[in-house]
Amino acid sequence: MNWITNYVRPTINSLFSRREVPENLWTKCPECGTMLFHRELSDNLNVCTNCDHHMHLTPRERFKHLFDGGVFTEVKVPQPVADPLQFRDQKRYPDRLKAAQKETGEKEAMLVVEGEIGRTPVVAAGQDFSFMAGSMGLYVGNAVVAAAERAVQLKRPLIMFSAAGGARMQEGILSLMQMPRTTVAVQMLKEAGLPYIVVLTHPTTGGVTASYAMLGDIHIAEPNALICFAGPRVIEQTIREKLPEGFQRAEYLLDHGMLDRVTHRKAIRDELMTVLRMLLGEPPAVKGDLPAPEPAAEPAAETPTPATEPEAAAETAETKTPEPPKADASEPVEPKK
Amino acid sequence: MTNYLEFEKPLAEIEGKAEELRALARSNKEMDVEKEASQLDKKAETLLKDLYKGLSAWQKCQVARHPDRPHCKDYIEQLFTEYTPLAGDRNFADDHAIMGGLARFNDRPVIVIGQEKGHDTKTRIERNFGMARPEGYRKTIRLMDLADRFGLPVVSLVDTPGAYPGKGAEERGQSEAIARTTEKSLALKVPVVSVIIGEGGSGGAVAFATANRVAMLEHSIYSVISPEGCASILWKDAEKMREAADALRLTAQDLLKLGVIDRIIGEPTGGAQRDGKAAVEAVGKAIEAMLKELARKKPEALVRDRRQKFLDMGTKGLAA
Ligand SMILES: [Zn+2]
Repeated sequence: MNWITNYVRPTINSLFSRREVPENLWTKCPECGTMLFHRELSDNLNVCTNCDHHMHLTPRERFKHLFDGGVFTEVKVPQPVADPLQFRDQKRYPDRLKAAQKETGEKEAMLVVEGEIGRTPVVAAGQDFSFMAGSMGLYVGNAVVAAAERAVQLKRPLIMFSAAGGARMQEGILSLMQMPRTTVAVQMLKEAGLPYIVVLTHPTTGGVTASYAMLGDIHIAEPNALICFAGPRVIEQTIREKLPEGFQRAEYLLDHGMLDRVTHRKAIRDELMTVLRMLLGEPPAVKGDLPAPEPAAEPAAETPTPATEPEAAAETAETKTPEPPKADASEPVEPKK
Repeated sequence: MTNYLEFEKPLAEIEGKAEELRALARSNKEMDVEKEASQLDKKAETLLKDLYKGLSAWQKCQVARHPDRPHCKDYIEQLFTEYTPLAGDRNFADDHAIMGGLARFNDRPVIVIGQEKGHDTKTRIERNFGMARPEGYRKTIRLMDLADRFGLPVVSLVDTPGAYPGKGAEERGQSEAIARTTEKSLALKVPVVSVIIGEGGSGGAVAFATANRVAMLEHSIYSVISPEGCASILWKDAEKMREAADALRLTAQDLLKLGVIDRIIGEPTGGAQRDGKAAVEAVGKAIEAMLKELARKKPEALVRDRRQKFLDMGTKGLAA
């Protein structure tokens, strides 16, 4: 259906894609060393079942678990000028990009989607650390702007899942310019009176932290996520001393007043629903797994519907929702001039 | 005494020889060296012109960081009258890396802000080498607010290696402070003009340059990362800073092509460090011109245009 099918199934994605992974494959938790079956790990949102260590989760995987019935629709992100600086280090930038695309099966480092969480319609953007360290360049800038514009158009909240090593160096100054640019996007949401929730995931650093990731109405972070402007190594080199344990981790930032909450990945969905519905003046949400929204939406069921077979949910999301929640939902967003 | 840069060594030799000759003549009245010495002067002059005509990106980095270049303080002292520094973020501290306050520019009251690097060991430490902490950004937000409430244009002078990477700075929310500065800057209903006078280092710089008009001195630089930092990450070798400087397109000339800045301010031959007064005057003229361009714009238009300017960033590459 789209360009993804043109690629060989990506290695990273397939790590967690149950369809393709033989049941006997396992991952070693980098934190406690426990051997975890992929199936078990994937069902647990890539959180270690032994020590609760939060491992990397791609936006696509995250969204499958986040949205009702695992169904979401991608919002089109305008393609920016390719390789604007004709950048070359040891490799050409276009080659690095192609390699990242091949490895992840994704187009770029941010995925923008729309869907419903507990029957609450939202727009969500997820930054993909596995794609060139989630770095912010023109595409990520376009994605943030497209997400904000779509949210404003549909009058929906925007949830931003941040993850970035920093700026896309290969786009030089233009990556730096995405800081004010994405800040304009956040202002659009605020002026439209729409909630903007940031979920900071490991790691969120550099220019991303110093722009849209720190301008949320509410900041929620995943446990132990590294969140900083300057990285710990740079600081240690500057001040020539060892930093304390847990420095710049989510809990540390919570203590220092930079975050509202630190929330376990498995509790984030419910928390988002609760918070959003209060901000929007909606009645309490029906929690638990809900099936995909019907085209002509029925009122939410009074009792939680049993979990959909995740296998099927994953299928639906992968093949892109056959029935988008809104008639105009798949309309491409015009790039703002 | 002139502080020569590495690539100016041939120039240093010639100027040194001329100086030696003249010193010799001073101690030996019979010697007539003037003809020879002035020939050397001429040769030096030509060489200086040639050197600065074709500066590489890395050479520009060195010029931009030259300790003898006029700094924020010099510009404020020479271009503004009644400068009244306003201190503190009303929260934690006053950041001496950031100068700022009320002043008159050609008689018109403005808010002027900028990073000051210091000019000797003592003042450099005092100024933290021009690297602001969160207090500096929060002071800037406060001054911008003041400007907004009383309809005063904001003039910012950018010269920083970047925001300070320190423990306390991180604990007190360096990222949030920078993000809020950019946000505030984008919301100002008054004209905002910025001049990059030396080093425009990363997030620490862009928060000060989210302006309606951005100008750069001819040999200043503006970049997402220092060439040394970029080299050590992408080339895994900090010594590849020359290559990194080229690749990053951090010169005023490239940035004008990319539409990131609006104008280049010419520097005296041999760079601002050789004739500070001329550089300061040129910057003054540019500020005046930029403020004039914005003088008739309505508050809403100033906000709208500034936002649009940054929304459009990156729509054209170098090839365009
Ligand atoms: Zn574990």
